[in-house]
Amino acid sequence: MATQSAPIFDTDELVINMGPQHPSTHGVLRLVLKLDGERVVDCDTVMGYVHRGIEKLSENRDWTQIILLTDRMDYVAAATNNLGYCETVEKLLEVEVPRRARYIRTILAELQRIGSHCLWLGTHAMDIGAMTVLLYAFRERELVLDLFEEYCGARLTYNSMRIGGLPLDIPSGWDQKVRAFCDVMETKLPEYEELLTNNRIWLERTRGVGVISGPDATALGLCGPPLRGSGVYRDVRKDEPYAAYDEFDFEVPLGTQGDTYDRYLIRLEEFRQSIRIIRQALDGLPEGPIMGKVPRLLKPKAGETYHAIESPKGELGYFIVSDGRATNPYRLRVRPPSFCNLQGLKPLIVGHLVADVVCLIGTIDIVLGEVDR
Amino acid sequence: MLDTLVIPLLKIVVLLNAILISVTFMVLMERKVIAWAQSRLGPMRVGPYGVLQAIVDPIKLILKEDITPVKADKMLFSLAPILSLVPALVAFAVVPFGGDELFYVADINVGLLFFLSVTSIGVYGIILAGWASNSKYPLLASLRASAQLISYEIAVTMTLVSVILTSGTLSMVGIVEAQLADGVWYGFIQPVAFVLVMIGALAETNRVPFDLPEAETELTGGFHTEYSGMRFSLFFLAEYANIIVISAVTALLFFGGWLRPFPNVEALAFLDIIPGWIWLFGKIFLFLYLFMWIRATLPRYRYDQLMRIGWKLLIPIALANIVVTGIVKVLV
Amino acid sequence: MTDDPKPAGSAPDGPAKPDAASDTPATPEPAAKPAQPPAAAAPAAKPAAKKPAPKPKAPPEPPKGPEDPAPPDDLEPPAFIAALQQAHPDAVEQLSYWVGDWTVIVKLEALIDVATYLRDADDASFDYCSDLTASDWPPREKRFDVIYCLYSTRRRHRVRIKVRAGEEDQVASVSGLWTAANWFEREVWDMFGVKFAGHPDLRRILMPEGWQGFPQRKDYPLEGPGELLLESPMEWLRLRNLPDEAEIE
Repeated sequence: MATQSAPIFDTDELVINMGPQHPSTHGVLRLVLKLDGERVVDCDTVMGYVHRGIEKLSENRDWTQIILLTDRMDYVAAATNNLGYCETVEKLLEVEVPRRARYIRTILAELQRIGSHCLWLGTHAMDIGAMTVLLYAFRERELVLDLFEEYCGARLTYNSMRIGGLPLDIPSGWDQKVRAFCDVMETKLPEYEELLTNNRIWLERTRGVGVISGPDATALGLCGPPLRGSGVYRDVRKDEPYAAYDEFDFEVPLGTQGDTYDRYLIRLEEFRQSIRIIRQALDGLPEGPIMGKVPRLLKPKAGETYHAIESPKGELGYFIVSDGRATNPYRLRVRPPSFCNLQGLKPLIVGHLVADVVCLIGTIDIVLGEVDR
Repeated sequence: MLDTLVIPLLKIVVLLNAILISVTFMVLMERKVIAWAQSRLGPMRVGPYGVLQAIVDPIKLILKEDITPVKADKMLFSLAPILSLVPALVAFAVVPFGGDELFYVADINVGLLFFLSVTSIGVYGIILAGWASNSKYPLLASLRASAQLISYEIAVTMTLVSVILTSGTLSMVGIVEAQLADGVWYGFIQPVAFVLVMIGALAETNRVPFDLPEAETELTGGFHTEYSGMRFSLFFLAEYANIIVISAVTALLFFGGWLRPFPNVEALAFLDIIPGWIWLFGKIFLFLYLFMWIRATLPRYRYDQLMRIGWKLLIPIALANIVVTGIVKVLV
Repeated sequence: MTDDPKPAGSAPDGPAKPDAASDTPATPEPAAKPAQPPAAAAPAAKPAAKKPAPKPKAPPEPPKGPEDPAPPDDLEPPAFIAALQQAHPDAVEQLSYWVGDWTVIVKLEALIDVATYLRDADDASFDYCSDLTASDWPPREKRFDVIYCLYSTRRRHRVRIKVRAGEEDQVASVSGLWTAANWFEREVWDMFGVKFAGHPDLRRILMPEGWQGFPQRKDYPLEGPGELLLESPMEWLRLRNLPDEAEIE
């Protein structure tokens, strides 16, 4: 290396292990960074530290037991995981879900999106050094968790949906509380924005950092806000509507630059759109049963299907093969959005500084429980 | 004998104890202030409103196991925290807490210069800590620290030149007396210098938004990653002592030190019943609060941005400020 | 787990390659037989290419392969599939339609051609590789199905391609077409041991570097010997051969 330019000094790249124990790798992600000074020249992503073999386990569990396993993938957005799985099995069983159940599912999924984005916002800002936002965001996430606790008794792993519908109807007065929460959330969003959106340092840290073009992001399989940040119109809620999304009016925010700041703005806007969807769902909440006609013994006909939903992190897909004979899936594959977004990390960080690495880990919003399964 | 040795020694003992105790309470204050900013309570368990936390924390740190990594350079590893703390404490020698001789340890005629040179020794502690740990994150942090501290040292020093030009003296006491003579706090006639020094102070004390050498979320704690127990708390002490001393110096240079507001307005003479050192302490607290407020509000700069601000913004402005001050001084 | 008898049954086969059938009773519902197996389960006895003597408990036959139901006669396949069949007449083995999803089963050799066509053809333009996975059907000669879930962000439609690969076959890597496939293929390699020819970086991704075996294969036991096998295989083997099974964790 040092042969031509500076024969006196031997230069070498510094290999640094970021993680698995590191405050801002959001779990047990390990990045082997090759540094030239502070600049990242190469990066290897190592994961699997929380690989529990959920896909393998699912092949040996009852159809209903698997709902519980899906909770443990993206553990900050358990409700959307439940939703994705239940919908896929319903598609396989060709079961009609009652309208009321679909509405409540939508409300739960959107509450979950708010909760998950709160966590993302807090940790992302914390990584960049704005510690107050973390506490503010967690304050609101707490309200979401309280709502979930009242609905299903759990605060993190909800197990809140069943194949064919829902286990529980909403408690009386819950809808009023959700409405009140929406009002609170709307007043809190400007607080976050005041701390970050026009903050000079925030702008300098996020603008032009981790830029990825639309075609690149598509080819890389990015999904959710990172893909939309690059200006690609892709939202499963709009493109392949599930639950009750086709009945609601909402917008899909798109970015123009494809940088960290755009992804930040998009998620902030998604807060607002989620509130909008929840309000519409509460207004139009139909009466009726919450459970469809599902056979007691679940045994889908042999066949396979892929079904995706838009989890807070992106396109969460389930690919299920049923052999038509057992009461468990023959093969269950989860297409984890965090996994796909994490793949996009390397192209994003190479060439940036160490400080940007944490910023970019934050912006792709990964949960390692889902990456590793 | 009494004048040359005993009384200065007594002063030093009182001052050191005061600093160390105030640091522990300052940590408590910081936690409380930030907690309020973040709509939570902060420490509440030990004593009423968690006041005794300030006593319990140092005890905990002293009792903790002190670990030296096997591959560390043992001597430098132990030396680094001391090298970081001592200059911060020595700098207090030239800080007058009042106009009377009772209130300062020494009033040397190059006080400001002494202060600048002593505080810049502190960076050696950080560099050595990073180097001696023989670990990668601390090494990166110490590289950051050396680059950052040196470049901001230059900016701050150059800015202070304009203050010296205004006051015509390097003695700390002299500068405050010059403000009394001019009848105005220098913060008002040197606002640019004040802002620059504040920014530089944030950078030199490794505070948000310039806390790169210890950025927890990037470098897992930076230069003191490998430190534990009392050695770690020495770094802590040094950092907070630095904050106090730099707040004190800023108050002295720009906010009239122990002078009351508008020292030349006779109508406000009733304010003189409040002793000078209370005025000074009040001002120091104001700056401490400012430091904490900033910490609760702002994100962190990136390394290259920090260097850019230092070299491309602060230093040119400081130079321009010197020139303008000089011209005004000649003309007026 | 509820099914203890498994280790006893499969122990003589040795730890390295427990056979396909020996592990099937691990499914919690061994009595799931009476389901009327539609269509493909008819030639149920393709006897003993790899299978040991019938088990005493006579567990249900492992399924021979996915159903891949043919589309109903009154359903026209989407235009791009017809165009694909025209452009590559020999490539498509079979068409399948189930609960609204189209699957094109493609010959292994023709995979890259088909994938390239589907990505580049204007009426298909599948620019987004939304998922890539595999499933394992041990009794079949070409035991793996490698499944590509494609999506078009422009046309907003989906299709699945499927190739069948044997244990020794090399599947051409599509990571050159969709960068997203890079990690998906690594995961399939990690979990199933399907080799991808031309993959830039075929390493394990979720399992540790030196892991033996491919966990998602059907003949891989659900409950393994635990960490002991990794730490000292000889000790594990000794314990395993002891008459008293209880000593194995």
